[in-house]
Amino acid sequence: MSNGHFGIHGGQYIPETLMNAVLELEDAYYHYKNDPGFQEELTELLNNYAGRPSLLYFAEKMTGDLKGAKIYLKREDLNHTGSHKINNVLGQVLLAKRMGKTRVIAETGAGQHGVATATAAALMGLDCEIFMGKEDTERQRLNVYRMELLGAQVHAVTSGTRTLKDAVNETMREWTNRVADTHYVLGSVMGPHPFPTIVRDFQSVIGREVKQQVLQKEGRLPDALLACVGGGSNAMGIFYDFIEEPGVRLIGCEAAGRGVDTAETAATMATGTTGIFHGMKSYFCQDQYGQIAPVYSISAGLDYPGIGPEHAHLYDTGRAEYVPVTDNEAVEAFEYLSRTEGIIPAVESAHAVAYARKLAPTMGKDQILVVNLSGRGDKDVAAIARYRGEQIDE
Amino acid sequence: MNKLPQVFTNGKAFIPFITAGDPELEVTEQLVYRMAEAGADLIELGIPFSDPIAEGPVIQEADNRALAAGTTTDKIFAMVARIRQCCQVPIAFMTYVNPIFTYGTERFMKNCRDVGVDAVIVPDVPFEEKQELLPFCSTYEVDLISMIAPTSNRRIRKIAAEAQGFIYCVSSLGVTGVRRELSNEVEQMIKLVKEVKDIPCAVGFGISTSEQARQMARLADGVIVGSAIVKIIGQYGADCVPYVVEYVRSMKKAIE
Repeated sequence: MSNGHFGIHGGQYIPETLMNAVLELEDAYYHYKNDPGFQEELTELLNNYAGRPSLLYFAEKMTGDLKGAKIYLKREDLNHTGSHKINNVLGQVLLAKRMGKTRVIAETGAGQHGVATATAAALMGLDCEIFMGKEDTERQRLNVYRMELLGAQVHAVTSGTRTLKDAVNETMREWTNRVADTHYVLGSVMGPHPFPTIVRDFQSVIGREVKQQVLQKEGRLPDALLACVGGGSNAMGIFYDFIEEPGVRLIGCEAAGRGVDTAETAATMATGTTGIFHGMKSYFCQDQYGQIAPVYSISAGLDYPGIGPEHAHLYDTGRAEYVPVTDNEAVEAFEYLSRTEGIIPAVESAHAVAYARKLAPTMGKDQILVVNLSGRGDKDVAAIARYRGEQIDE
Repeated sequence: MNKLPQVFTNGKAFIPFITAGDPELEVTEQLVYRMAEAGADLIELGIPFSDPIAEGPVIQEADNRALAAGTTTDKIFAMVARIRQCCQVPIAFMTYVNPIFTYGTERFMKNCRDVGVDAVIVPDVPFEEKQELLPFCSTYEVDLISMIAPTSNRRIRKIAAEAQGFIYCVSSLGVTGVRRELSNEVEQMIKLVKEVKDIPCAVGFGISTSEQARQMARLADGVIVGSAIVKIIGQYGADCVPYVVEYVRSMKKAIE
């Protein structure tokens, strides 16, 4: 795992202009990782601002309905700003502040990471600019307004496919333009080293809590963990503390869009090949010449042609499994969880719920399944209505 | 036979960049012949990439045009092979690491040698990752050009010590594109390089006017111009050749 490599994956494939910035970031991160004052301040923010620990909720009705494994939902949707993104953002913005940066920039897909970054920047008094694909600013208009309300400037990205991938491109370009006073708050376990490690560490609080909570409730570890995967931060967060527990299956749910046998998919493990892009070696959806594919998913947060390098390594070693979930399955799961448990999940998280509906019935009643409910679905209501043929104004 | 050493033997070098296949490969081929005649000492051919993170809007659009026209790495190799039958101007490929890696790094570098590409410039492979490409570059005698930037500071020494061919000095922060003013750090950057190694330095990013080229040529061994030329190609499309030739001639004259 030296030099930011996970097996053959990872690395630092970025322009020379940014190299000193990522090296400084690495030094600062390892310094503050072991700094009790920093960790204390972060814990205080996580507990008394973001609302941690998040609940591990026994989904009794869903369990009864599916007639298989006991299903628990890790309620990251109940965090401040409505998703797991706040865990990483509070850590990185605090780090940026300690490094003397006065401005943060970030990419966002669904808007959850952008909202979280704008929130942390408002709280800690840093300037904030968010880059979001033009198409995503249209499907997630409410989140754009939310970010502006929080004092951030939102740039609609019109290059390329106008989605998350292009938002990352544009944020990297902006970082090369103004690097001295600016920290790039990368939102997932991807990009050049040290980002995949930093984001995983800040998100690993999810898995640590799950371990403690499930031991308390059940006296044993779960049999499987499910999480949706775009870049893969909520999945890495819940998986990390269980990697050394071979009895626990780790399952990432990718966005298959209209199906892995169509061109309109974002399922990287199912359809991708090894490549080097966005600073890292990993798996990517691309053509034979290495041109990155214009991927598609109903979920703006999973609409990304790559996956974090540590996931690529977990896949190579067989430690984690990755399964594709279509738009249709995700939308049905979105509706199912709303009706069954009274919980409206983010359409991203609904991909994991969808796979739970398939997996749970194949498991024994004495087995335990934990689904990471990474975000709440209020932001998606209008899009789901549109999917069902109903126009509603946000 | 690698032709890079001759690039800096004809006074200050003028190095134009164009995206291969913009607006189509036939035009690119004509541009190479005519720019060589007009005084280009090395021609940088961009292999278009879907997501060129070091480029500004002008070259991003050129990449889009080239890809939309069906340009592929194989077709570019075939074009260079045609060019080499009648034109020996030194050629460097500029592209991103993914098109090389996905093509197969060894196969890519072998083809470079076979068709006569002298060097590769890969902006998303910094010093720390150059082993990704270098072993195959060495085997097939393709120079891997190192870049230094205004943020490089102490890194310049180690980059220069291991550099080959020439050093690409990035004149300013940010992405490629025309700039009204250039940073004043270039002189210091080049001084640091020359303390470590006697290797030519060419300055790129942001240069468009003959005055800027003259100013940079006073400090460096060569001047690289991309976006200003690509802009002309974008404006005139398939009819761009005479306009580009005129521009290249005036720029070479300006730095002589």
